[in-house]
Amino acid sequence: MLSSLVFVPLAGMILVMLIPKDKIQAIRWTSVIVSLVPMLVSFWITWDYFFNHSGTSAMAYVEGPYSWIPSLNIQYYLGVDGISVPMLFLTGLLSTVSLLASFNITNRVKEYFAFFLLLEAGMMGVFVALDFFLFYVFWEIMLVPMYFLIGVWGGPRKEYAAIKFFLYTLFGSIFMLVSILILYFTSEPHTLNMMALLDHGPTMGHTLQMICFIFFFIAFAIKVPVWPFHTWLPDAHVEAPTAVSVILAGVLLKMGTYAMLRINWPMFPQVLRELSFWIALLGVIAIIYGALVSMAQKDLKKLVAYSSVSHMGYCMMALGAFTSVGAIAGCMFQMVSHGLITGALFLLVGVIYDRAHTREIAAFGGLGAKIPVYTGIMVLFSMAALGLPGMSGFVAEFMIFVGAFSGLNKIMVGISVLGVVLGATYMLRMVQRVFLGEFNMAKWGGLTDINAREIIAVAPLAVLTIAIGVYPKPLADLMQATLEHLVNLMAR
Amino acid sequence: MITKFAFLIPLLPLFGFVMIVFFLRWKERLSAVFSIMTILAAWVMSVIVLIETLARHGEAYEAFYKFVDLPRFILEIGILIDPLTAVMLIVVTTVGACVEIYSVGYMHNDPRFSRFFAYLSLFLFSMLGLVVANNFFMIFIFWELVGLTSYLLIGFWFEKKSAADACKKAFITTRMGDLGFLVGLFMIAFYFGTFNYGGVFAKVGEGVIPAGIITAASIFVFCGAVGKSAQWPLHVWLPDAMEGPTPVSALIHAATMVAAGVYLVARSMSLFVGSAEASLVVAIIGLITSFMAASIGLVQNDIKRVLAYSTVSQLGYMIMALGLYGYDTAQHGHSPGFYAGTFHLYTHAFFKGLLFLGAGSVIHAVHTNDIQEMGGLVRKMKTTAITFMIASLSIAGIFPLAGFWSKDEIVAAASHHPIFLVGTLGIAFMTAFYMWRLCFLTFWGEPRDQHRYDHAHESPKNMTYPLVFLAVMSVIAGWVGLPWLHQGFASFVYHGEAYHPHANYLLMGISLIVGLSGIYLAYLMYYKKSISAEAMAERFRPIYKLLYNKYYFDEIYHAVLIRPVLAVADFMWTFDARVVDGLVNGTGWLTIKWSDIKLWFDTWIVDGAVNGSGWLVRQGANILRFLQTGSMQFYALFILVVLIVFGVFKLEATAVLVGWPFVSIIFVLGVTLLWLFTRSAFVRGRNGGQTKSEE
Repeated sequence: MLSSLVFVPLAGMILVMLIPKDKIQAIRWTSVIVSLVPMLVSFWITWDYFFNHSGTSAMAYVEGPYSWIPSLNIQYYLGVDGISVPMLFLTGLLSTVSLLASFNITNRVKEYFAFFLLLEAGMMGVFVALDFFLFYVFWEIMLVPMYFLIGVWGGPRKEYAAIKFFLYTLFGSIFMLVSILILYFTSEPHTLNMMALLDHGPTMGHTLQMICFIFFFIAFAIKVPVWPFHTWLPDAHVEAPTAVSVILAGVLLKMGTYAMLRINWPMFPQVLRELSFWIALLGVIAIIYGALVSMAQKDLKKLVAYSSVSHMGYCMMALGAFTSVGAIAGCMFQMVSHGLITGALFLLVGVIYDRAHTREIAAFGGLGAKIPVYTGIMVLFSMAALGLPGMSGFVAEFMIFVGAFSGLNKIMVGISVLGVVLGATYMLRMVQRVFLGEFNMAKWGGLTDINAREIIAVAPLAVLTIAIGVYPKPLADLMQATLEHLVNLMAR
Repeated sequence: MITKFAFLIPLLPLFGFVMIVFFLRWKERLSAVFSIMTILAAWVMSVIVLIETLARHGEAYEAFYKFVDLPRFILEIGILIDPLTAVMLIVVTTVGACVEIYSVGYMHNDPRFSRFFAYLSLFLFSMLGLVVANNFFMIFIFWELVGLTSYLLIGFWFEKKSAADACKKAFITTRMGDLGFLVGLFMIAFYFGTFNYGGVFAKVGEGVIPAGIITAASIFVFCGAVGKSAQWPLHVWLPDAMEGPTPVSALIHAATMVAAGVYLVARSMSLFVGSAEASLVVAIIGLITSFMAASIGLVQNDIKRVLAYSTVSQLGYMIMALGLYGYDTAQHGHSPGFYAGTFHLYTHAFFKGLLFLGAGSVIHAVHTNDIQEMGGLVRKMKTTAITFMIASLSIAGIFPLAGFWSKDEIVAAASHHPIFLVGTLGIAFMTAFYMWRLCFLTFWGEPRDQHRYDHAHESPKNMTYPLVFLAVMSVIAGWVGLPWLHQGFASFVYHGEAYHPHANYLLMGISLIVGLSGIYLAYLMYYKKSISAEAMAERFRPIYKLLYNKYYFDEIYHAVLIRPVLAVADFMWTFDARVVDGLVNGTGWLTIKWSDIKLWFDTWIVDGAVNGSGWLVRQGANILRFLQTGSMQFYALFILVVLIVFGVFKLEATAVLVGWPFVSIIFVLGVTLLWLFTRSAFVRGRNGGQTKSEE
């Protein structure tokens, strides 16, 4: 079951490569149809997990551990629990949505879609791997297609952005590798099995634990990205094609926080306790700082990119308040919600960019009169992004705040609430300058409203954003047992 | 029991919203009719709920469902129907229905007619949801949603820059207040462990929560009310919000949404009575707001802005009354404040809604907001003028209109606190004055703009009927709270123990005289003109300028808040690009430089060593090559010499000592011979071209 999530896209990639490169439509639709399989599988897993497995924290749909490289005790070991299932869902959905949004790619179509499917395989792999070797392989595999997707199909400074993204992440990966090796060589018998290492981690010497924790943290923090490791993000986002931005914001960033929850936090609880204040502080800085920098942006995409920094700051603050199930649940909600909302915002920015060939906020104004449907959807997601109740962002932020308030320094949390006002400010300033005010007929008279394909791409995101916002119970129930288990592990 | 289905009351307008957005928006007429039908149905249900609540003698009905149930984190959604809720339901649905009917005429020919009704329905859903909520979390959700609809409706004519600015300002300013509200919610969640009203208030009553926490939590919750009810210092958004269509101003920014702050304070009164300090803060903020707004209202010329400042002022009144109640009760005194505040909230909704709709009718007729360009309109639009003046009498507190009874109770609540009493009477005087200044300038005297006057006309019936209805309400609504009634408003809506008002004829007389003298002054200045308004303005020039410019609050905020924040944002952006990213790129640059150095080192030192050793070998080879002559004789000689040399060294030491001349001779001879041979071999090697490889 879980293997299919990884290998169907991989097979799809090979299939796409077999299609002659001038059969563009065939390539596009093959990729979309291939990506439907992991999407539906991930949906089914979510459904089945919710009804049959969410009562316990045990890994479900386990495959393995099969011996893979016996001499090094490397195993093929997959499994999911309450924190990976929502991520699989998000990955499955956003991959298909992004592929649908990629039909405007006309240059080297075959390579693009092949890389995209490879990317999906890597992402899925990260969320299902339970063996460090496997995890590391998937983590690194993903960099390759991402590098090319930004570097070949990106904007004017694509090479710079791609290299920056690649090297920055790779730099972090090296630290992760060191930590993995430390864990491997200190465990007896040597193992890379994450489940086994969960018990091994806390038994290591304090210094060693500290080193492992910090090294893992650096690797994952770059991915999230935690302030001050965030500067690759705006560059990558601005240069990447729309669909890649969606994946980047929607899935890749979550891999950082997911890995923290899966590996870093439960494996080294003593260190976590010592450092949690500073981790939360980084989160609070990111919230305020990201929002302020967002406010100063003149480029729509950059604004959304920096809002991501701010929003992921909420996750970090929640992770700092690790003693509270509510905060960790809020962190998961924020990951899902940010994936949906920011994914949609990038899609929508792409829609206007395709038509206007500019993303400069000052170039627009009064578009609400000309393209009302697009405006409506954009305003909806802007409201979701600024945390309006009734949408997922609010539920997440609220849970995080309440959880953090009970677990962290109250003044710090009080300051972080400022992010709510700053968030409203940068979003509404953007809405005002782009959609409200007088319409420039001479300049934008030819602008057309959002079309059916684009609406279909963004509609599921809107539906889910509202559904989670109005009725968060299923998602909370799905994760509850796992989160309680994790909080117990972290409280060791 | 219909009360069980009270959750349908908010859902009805939501249904209307959904229907309009997805199915009806292409049919304008149908959208409006459908929307009005849903609100009328909600109104009918509200009336039944009120009757049932009365029949239960005010006993509360509560039902809820937990929709997030994590350990120490429970969110529930539910309804609480108690007398306060029932009255608020009536207020919201009544004014809502009037405004929707009125809007059919007012928004006639607007290109976004259907959308307007969709927004109104969404607003009514949110507002009714706010009213029926049974916990702090849920009220916050709807609190934000009314903020959203307010944003959408203020910016309804978003092509106007002023409207676009105003809606953003409204949303962000109220959100500043919500910031405090949120912190209050976190405190409630953390210290009280529940959001449920009953649960929270029970904890306050048990006395298990430290007093400081209650004070802080109540003040934070009050921040929300300050934002939403446009209290000082967050009042600046409401006058600008008048950029929205006038029916919106009537419904949202006069009668219902802005009263949500008052409702919140009333609803959480059990929290406030736990802290005299917090209640005092509430009362003082209310007094400052009320006084400040009334004084600004004295000199404004935009008809809607005068009404907006009037609204701010009246809301301050209610807040003050509630604060005084909390203060007195916290000190075990008795006060009519709670009754006064909620009662005034109820009566105010009718006459202020009417004033706005009347103003809308006037604007509809003359197409301007400036009262200096009006005048004499009573001859053109009788219904509007008469209903407007009834409302003005009511708000001025003239016996026996609705406003008289509620204002009288506020005066009574303030009567034990001299400063508040003086302030309250001063505000009452100013209120009467500015309202009647408005009336005289708009409807009486000679037209000051003949062109506008000539084109003025009475509004259509669907606009005047709601006016008449609300005018009737402005008169009679207060009668449910007559101090002589034993089962009046006060024994229905109360906090703690039922309050039994008693008629204080002295206070009634004083407040009536104050109101009348305000009207009389306005009459002298703006009708008889026996006192020149211009001369007064000239005489009190600094004060006039200060009031005319609204105490410069907008300018101050712009200078100390907005500009600095934007500057900090720009600075942060530069910082990010230069310093944070600079570090990253700097690291990259350093790595490249470092690799340049390494390249140099590699080329010259490491590779140099390799190449150097190769060079050395080659040079050595060149020397050794001389030995490779290919001549048999030379090799034989060489072997011989070597053998001799080795032979000599094999000898014993003494033998060496003895035989050294002999050895020396052989050695010199050998070397010479070798030299000769190699020379000839070298010459031959040069000539022979190819030499053999070394060794």
